[in-house]
Amino acid sequence: MQQSMVDGMARESWPQELFDIFLQAGIRYFAYVPDAGNAEFMTHVQSHPDCHAVLLTTEEEGVAFCAGVDLVGQRGALVLQSSGVGNCGNILSLARAARSPILMVVTMRGEYGELNPWQYPAGQSAVAMLDAMGLISFRVAERDELRKAAAAAIAAAFMSGQGAALVLSQQFLGAKTL
Amino acid sequence: MHATEIDRREILREIFPDHKRFLIVSGLAGAARDCAALTGDGDNLFALGGAMGAAAMIGLGMALASPSREVAVVTGDGELLMNLGALVTIATVQPENLAIVCLDNGRHGETGNQPGHTSGRADLEAIARGAGFTETLTLRDHKSIKTAADFVGRRGAPRLLVVKVLDTPPSPYKRLMDPAACRIRFRTAFLASKRVA
Repeated sequence: MQQSMVDGMARESWPQELFDIFLQAGIRYFAYVPDAGNAEFMTHVQSHPDCHAVLLTTEEEGVAFCAGVDLVGQRGALVLQSSGVGNCGNILSLARAARSPILMVVTMRGEYGELNPWQYPAGQSAVAMLDAMGLISFRVAERDELRKAAAAAIAAAFMSGQGAALVLSQQFLGAKTL
Repeated sequence: MHATEIDRREILREIFPDHKRFLIVSGLAGAARDCAALTGDGDNLFALGGAMGAAAMIGLGMALASPSREVAVVTGDGELLMNLGALVTIATVQPENLAIVCLDNGRHGETGNQPGHTSGRADLEAIARGAGFTETLTLRDHKSIKTAADFVGRRGAPRLLVVKVLDTPPSPYKRLMDPAACRIRFRTAFLASKRVA
């Protein structure tokens, strides 16, 4: 039996594990545009009494939202699909200019098994766009990388004043069947 | 119609006679100068100098994450129009401690005073209502200033005050422009005020 199958049976789901890590890190405010990839994670946010989920019309709103949360001493995160990274655009300036601790959880499309051709441009450029705006990407390709990558992204954002993206690869998530 | 009596360089001190009650975030350009003049570039103000379109959502983040404080967003018509979706997002959340004040001159003042959309058909108050705001008001004349100030100062559903302002330059106030320094100044003052409260 593959190790990953054994892991899958023995362990909690990755959204549960990731939510627990974020909760432990004191992150309470989550801005998001819904995605199948982040849906279970967001149900954990929505059912926790101390957490707030804010539904956005576009992802750039979430960058500004996280900056606002930080200005009053709290921790937030932006949860989005790779196709939303480009929508963040100029508002990502807050990360480099103001050193706002922008923390993103990016669920990837358009890179590994993707069947929707519309997803490839943003899927192939999302990390490059984040690099260009000075945010650091922490990629998760396999299940057992999640914990350390999440901790690294949190450390970069909230301990070191960086913009940071936890990039959950399509290989890790599994591609959607159309 | 853009008829108005209101001067942007005078109005904020009448809308916010006690501005220290508020955490204030301002959009870039003219609104930032007017807010810096209001507060003496105070540490209860986080004034953007870029990231156009971000002001209202920064305000929402502040409001949700500091529910016992009053939060005011002061911004221009162009900056607010750049992210109209924020009005939908905010109306859906329904924070009880958030007011948006839009200094609407119908122009892009900082870039050459080019006409903006609100000098034509666009109506920000109507847009906010459509987005789900129940509390909206437009101010154009001196006799309504007290009503407008009371409106902004009330807790309750999120509110938008559109202030139609004359086509004048903004307040000639030079403020701290370093964004990282502005963040640290605002955040440090906020956290200190929490400890005292």
